[in-house]
Amino acid sequence: MSLWNKHEIFEKHSLILVIGILIVVSIGGLVEIAPLFYLKSTIEKVEGMRPYTPLELAGRNIYIREGCYLCHSQMVRPMRDELERYGHFSLAAESMYDHPFQWGSKRTGPDLARVGGKYSDEWHRDHLADPRSVVPESIMPGYPFLLEAKVETRGIGDHLKANRAVGVPYDDAQVSEAASDMIAQASPDSAAVDAFLERYPNAIVRDFDGDPSKVTEMDALVAYLQMLGTLVDFSIYDNKANLR
Amino acid sequence: MEEGFFAAFLVVIAFACLIIAGKTYDQVMAFHTAIGSLAAAAGAFIIFRNYFEDRVPAPQEIGGKPNYNLGPIKFGAWAAVFWGVAGFTVGLIIALQLAYPALNFDLPWTNFGRLRPLHTSAVIFAFGGNVLIATSFYVVQRTSRARMPGTIAPWFVVLGYNLFIVIAGTGYLLGATQSKEYAEPEWYADLWLTIVWVAYLLVFLGTLWKRKEPHIYVANWFYLAFIITIAMLHIINNLTVPVSVFGTKSYIVWAGVQDAMVQWWYGHNAVGFFLTAGFLAIMYYFVPKRAERPVYSYRLSIVHFWALIFLYIWAGPHHLHYTALPQWASTLGATFSIILWMPSWGGMINGLMTLSGAWDKLRTDPVLRMMVVSIAFYGMSTFEGPLMSLRSVNSLSHYTDWTIGHVHSGALGWVGYISFGALYCLIPWLWNKKQVYSLKLVNWHFWISTIGIVLYICAMWVSGIMQGLMWRAYDAMGFLEYSFIETVDAMHPFYVIRALGGALFVAGSLIMAYNLWMTVRHGEAEEAEALPAGAMAPAE
Repeated sequence: MSLWNKHEIFEKHSLILVIGILIVVSIGGLVEIAPLFYLKSTIEKVEGMRPYTPLELAGRNIYIREGCYLCHSQMVRPMRDELERYGHFSLAAESMYDHPFQWGSKRTGPDLARVGGKYSDEWHRDHLADPRSVVPESIMPGYPFLLEAKVETRGIGDHLKANRAVGVPYDDAQVSEAASDMIAQASPDSAAVDAFLERYPNAIVRDFDGDPSKVTEMDALVAYLQMLGTLVDFSIYDNKANLR
Repeated sequence: MEEGFFAAFLVVIAFACLIIAGKTYDQVMAFHTAIGSLAAAAGAFIIFRNYFEDRVPAPQEIGGKPNYNLGPIKFGAWAAVFWGVAGFTVGLIIALQLAYPALNFDLPWTNFGRLRPLHTSAVIFAFGGNVLIATSFYVVQRTSRARMPGTIAPWFVVLGYNLFIVIAGTGYLLGATQSKEYAEPEWYADLWLTIVWVAYLLVFLGTLWKRKEPHIYVANWFYLAFIITIAMLHIINNLTVPVSVFGTKSYIVWAGVQDAMVQWWYGHNAVGFFLTAGFLAIMYYFVPKRAERPVYSYRLSIVHFWALIFLYIWAGPHHLHYTALPQWASTLGATFSIILWMPSWGGMINGLMTLSGAWDKLRTDPVLRMMVVSIAFYGMSTFEGPLMSLRSVNSLSHYTDWTIGHVHSGALGWVGYISFGALYCLIPWLWNKKQVYSLKLVNWHFWISTIGIVLYICAMWVSGIMQGLMWRAYDAMGFLEYSFIETVDAMHPFYVIRALGGALFVAGSLIMAYNLWMTVRHGEAEEAEALPAGAMAPAE
């Protein structure tokens, strides 16, 4: 009886009620979120991971702009059918440079965490422009406008700088040469390719959209899709060290 | 003083927006800052005009009774009706796009990926948010028996909030999004919402400080928890570094697994505090009022309140089973989701049992029936949720339409119906009408949308479980039995049924909009008849 009466203090003093609410709703988040910044499995570095190239970053921003994450996950779960369908389960380290993450919550279409290298550039171009031309049963929207839109090079250096501010290790040369690197990655014949590859070893240089006259948003998006899940070499990765 | 502060603030905003609009090459930013500049200038102009016309501030009391401030509530109630119909309609469109992909028209502004956040934000934040702001302003004034403080501040809250909705919604269509589910608006919209939300908290607390009642009523505890927790979640989940103040794009400070955890800590508590705590506040005021019975148990409401807000905040990581998030975290989320069953059903019992002695009203009052069915849907989805949070169930249900069905049994059934019930009560009260224009139409609304909900959730159960099973099916040779596209193809009939259910729900909401409009225009005035003792009168 008397215990119930003690609740009066919350009912008669709005600020005590506010403080009570704040304390009660803070605990769960603190316990669950804070450890993720120092646990080994969530902050470990894995061989092969590198920041996105400027063109891939632009492609990723198009992926975000068009809401691709609403129908495609980027998180392979450690289950037999998913490993066979999509490949090795996703590691925390594989999204360490993702601001924000793109794990998704729905598979209206298939998972894309390891889509890189599975299809040709031509397939991606045709599929993105008119999905039903290559997959008749597909319910994906078409994005033919990506073929026409030139990729935005203005301010891409600022994008890298903003990423650096949130912890992505871009160096000064990568920031200052971002616009040139962006064009070089989709222009295999350009003189800037060597310098680009020096800054991003192992990056793919191709004319992704098959249109050498301009570097389009299609180039950027396909460049992004073609690198997804390809950075970590699982033939040398020790999966016992990271079991979950 | 208050006028001067708001006028100065709005003038600064108007100029800041104008400068950004002039300097940016980002067309979306130019468009949004132009809207912002015009809106702020219009607001400042109205404040100045009222000042120079020497408007007398409204009295705090008239004839010994509190003179409640109803203007912003009226605006919020109609904004809710408008955004509700709009948001449900966009939902119907995207449901049809999944059944008939040609409806995407292959244009940037009409594709599923841009319309889907428009749908979720329109129903959750535009419809739900306006319902919450309107009802909370009404309930806190009534139960405190005091007028809201300020003349500008309450209007700033409702108009500023709806400006946020416009900026967010047009942003999605034009391609400005953070891609964090239910937190898609970009940094400048988030900043604006933060300012509006602080004003909301202050107006709400200010009303409590002026209260004539010794106790703070239970509904206000829930509203307060909703306002405070949403502020905390919004700020932490949206911490971001803009590329430039002249552009829309920003990069979230969190990365990868930490970002996923923060996002679903936010995402699940947008459900827990926006769509649950806030609407439970509505339940605790409108159900007793409509049933003319006191809340079933005062002690149960205390336990319900503290247990719900403590436990909900833990549940987020159940969205991340089997991902790169450590297993202990997602298991902890699932554990708390199971425990959460208790306060959820405790609250349901408290709401339903409030009707004891008044159950006969379900037969005669379709508005009360709507609210009771909403509580039943609340019980159902809070049963289904913990079930789906179990690792083994989640391995099947995750990534499928089952989740979509679950969300909609909560959103259409619980949030939708308790909001409709509240609007059917609130609008006659606000305009001094005896009753809604037509109870018969309320009945039609109830049955049409109930059939719609049942079609929707059943279609999603079947398609979700079927797709989950098809993904993991093996043939006798030990190979995966279905290609991904075969599972997509199998969804088609269920997508059509879902769209049909959605169409019925939209039709119901149009009936409601008509009924409420006729209530305001042609409803029978309250004064027309002497009130029977204990009747539902807007005065306490």
